[in-house]
Amino acid sequence: MSETARHEKLIAELAGDLRPVHRLLPPSVRAAGWLAVVAALGTILAPMADLGDILHRLAAAPDMWLSVLGSVLTALLAALAAYQTSVPDRSPYWALLPLPAALLWIAASGAGCLRSWIVPGTHDASMGEARICLLFIIGISLPLSFLLLKMLQKACPLRPGLTAVLGGLAAASASATLLNFFHPYDAAATDLLVHILAVGSVVIASRLIGGRALAWRARPNA
Amino acid sequence: MGSEVAETRLAGRMAAAQQGDAAAYQALLRECLPLIVAIVRAQGISGDQVDDVVQDTLLTIHRARPTYDPARPFVPWLRAIAQRRAIDALRRHSRQHAHEIHDPAAYEGYADAVPPAGHALEQSDRARQLRDAVATLPQGQREAVEQLGLGEKSLQEAAGLTGRSKGALKVNLHRALQALRSKLSGGPPDDV
Repeated sequence: MSETARHEKLIAELAGDLRPVHRLLPPSVRAAGWLAVVAALGTILAPMADLGDILHRLAAAPDMWLSVLGSVLTALLAALAAYQTSVPDRSPYWALLPLPAALLWIAASGAGCLRSWIVPGTHDASMGEARICLLFIIGISLPLSFLLLKMLQKACPLRPGLTAVLGGLAAASASATLLNFFHPYDAAATDLLVHILAVGSVVIASRLIGGRALAWRARPNA
Repeated sequence: MGSEVAETRLAGRMAAAQQGDAAAYQALLRECLPLIVAIVRAQGISGDQVDDVVQDTLLTIHRARPTYDPARPFVPWLRAIAQRRAIDALRRHSRQHAHEIHDPAAYEGYADAVPPAGHALEQSDRARQLRDAVATLPQGQREAVEQLGLGEKSLQEAAGLTGRSKGALKVNLHRALQALRSKLSGGPPDDV
């Protein structure tokens, strides 16, 4: 069969197989949908936390505000970037969008860690508390990542690994933000390391598992 | 101006395809073919691979069609897909080259771990040829081959079974082997 005939045959098959499709909503709207689920989860968790104590703590330490702001912005911008990169004609440079917020988050958390060394009498997280942080971030990230990847699968990410990493970062930073409800102290060195380990694990797992799932969806012969 | 008209036409056809218009979709894909080929070639895909990447691109367009937004230009959407499929093909190609060495002599000389396909058929064919050739031998030579060669009897046993002397059996076996060799190799008998 000549190549032209081969293409003609495929075009005829694709046209024969054609069904009406629902146009996907713009990436920003779909990102807002996922963030609404995160916000709903936060609304459920908030009554379980001592909000008065949290506000008092945040007012006393401005860098903790910055840390929370960094993690919120990272979740928001990473989710937006993940949805943007799941559409073919959007630039891969969208992936850079959450980087400044992530840097702010890391820097502010590092500053809090430094203060817990310098200021006497600051509460340091024990290994048990650090383990709970790890389990919380991973445990909340799992359903959030799953939901995000299922939503991303409806699109066609041409760079599935990159999209999956952004999705993992969004889920992990959203979980770390929600952790603030139950984390009434600055991040000590071990605590900060555990946070980094948890977020890193979620991002790597998302890259490995989610990237494969998205690639399977995006590959034409899947 | 012309490219703007073409862009509007392509975008309109894709929007119609999203609604399920097969004729518009077929016309769209046909019109896109030369553009896809040009994009794929521009990415450095060599001649024999171009058509495979074009097919991949057509399939990806089909799968990605819900992601097209008619409010945005169509050609950049198409270009992104074709370029990505071309890059994927280049990566696959370079990965294969990194793991494969072109050495036909080593390939030919490498013994298969399992018998090649058709081996059993070939063996049964050769056995049938041998049986047919033995059947055409004179009786004395045939008996010598059957008893000494195929039956693996000793000279003494074969002599007892056939009633021939050991010397006659040896001579008959020698002549039978010569006759079989020439029959099976397709040449004239040497000395029968």
